Amino acid sequence: MRLEVEITGKTFRSAAGGTHEVLAPLKFALCPGEVGVLIGPSGCGKSTMLRIILGLDHEFQGRIARPPQARIGMVFQEPRLLPWRSVEQNVRLAAPDVTDAKLSELFRILELQAHRDHFPGELSLGLARRVALARAFAVDPDLLVLDEPLASLDDALAGRLRDEIATLVASRPVMTLLVTHSLDDAIRLGDRLFFLSPRPARIVQDVPIAIPRAMRSEADLGRIRAELAALQLESK
Amino acid sequence: MLRLLSFALFLVIWWIAALFVGGAKLPSPPAVLQVMIAEASSGALFLHLGATLARVALAFTLAMSLGSAIGYLMGRVKLADRLGDPWLILLLNLPALVVIVLAYIWAGLTEAAAIAAIAINKLPTAVVTLREGTRALDRSLDEMASVFAMPRWRAFRHVVLPQLAPYIAAAARSGLSLVWKIVLVAELLGRPNGVGFEIGVAFQLFDTPRLLAYSLTFAAVVLVIETLLVQPFEARATRWRPRAA
Repeated sequence: MRLEVEITGKTFRSAAGGTHEVLAPLKFALCPGEVGVLIGPSGCGKSTMLRIILGLDHEFQGRIARPPQARIGMVFQEPRLLPWRSVEQNVRLAAPDVTDAKLSELFRILELQAHRDHFPGELSLGLARRVALARAFAVDPDLLVLDEPLASLDDALAGRLRDEIATLVASRPVMTLLVTHSLDDAIRLGDRLFFLSPRPARIVQDVPIAIPRAMRSEADLGRIRAELAALQLESK
Repeated sequence: MLRLLSFALFLVIWWIAALFVGGAKLPSPPAVLQVMIAEASSGALFLHLGATLARVALAFTLAMSLGSAIGYLMGRVKLADRLGDPWLILLLNLPALVVIVLAYIWAGLTEAAAIAAIAINKLPTAVVTLREGTRALDRSLDEMASVFAMPRWRAFRHVVLPQLAPYIAAAARSGLSLVWKIVLVAELLGRPNGVGFEIGVAFQLFDTPRLLAYSLTFAAVVLVIETLLVQPFEARATRWRPRAA
């Protein structure tokens, strides 16, 4: 079971009639248990790439191979919860097979117990994002896609949520694809970092991180950060 | 309380006006009440009201279900929208009277013709409202449902239907008021019973107390159905919205 992405091109027709190239040829693969991180400037086409990988956009050249029966858990940039269903119903509708025990466990980890019966309109953005995370994990995904799940949260909360994501990802062999702007999130969560160019996006660098996620000390993180900075300079 | 007061004020104005105009043109409230009681105790009032309500229920259900389905289709499928739009404009602007008269000519003075004519009058407004609602559906939630592989029916019930509920409520409310108005015309023109028929008889005899007795009872029934059925449905459909302080 592997996710293989091989996009040879994606163009987009604008309202004015011109065509724009959004994605250049790019290719990568992910194995179970691996966290791939896509890092790139805003507007470089990351979201387009995700939509293609998720099967929401079929108008592209190339090929996506993912096991057809693979369950997908997705955390969109905006939480995309159903405003007319309670927190618990939102999770259960996406994951009808989730057991009560597992749901309680997820809600405990994400500190959502008190909000089970609330409607999304009554939640802060941080809480709504946690519900979106709970929903993605509740489906017991084979492929987990996180599109900037920590954007626009304050540092303390983002740090806590990042740790929670790390815990959840470690608890099962899942292919994870994380999109982020934050190098810090990338090196704390990722196993392989894909640096993308500005539009049309292609992979500029593919950097594996050898040290297992749980064993990275602050010193290791500092060293990785320095190495990446050197690489970035080199590629320019 | 305020509602009751407002209603009492209406009665007072009516009574005073009746004193000035005279009983033949505008009978006083007790005179009308007397007719109501007489008609009710003979059973005729309930017979006619029942016939009208049955027609309303049938025509309304028919038009709402058909109209919602067509509106949803036209909102989702561009081709259906293109094909259906001219028909919709024609039906929207066709006077109710034309539809009713034609229905009676083509299908005879039958129950089916009356109900079909009423339903056809209401149908286009339901289609337009539901089409608007379908166009306003949130694409990002559709994508969410598709990524999480929600089965079609579950996605329709929990993702689409709640978004359409306010539009369905609006279509039901405006449609119901339209049906109330048209059903009487249809009865007047070609049915041997119902409130519309009774009003027609009262008109021919210039029997104002009888005319008012039937119209007011009818209005009261409409009011009760609006408060007991339509408004609670609307409130339920929008209960997830944070309330205004």
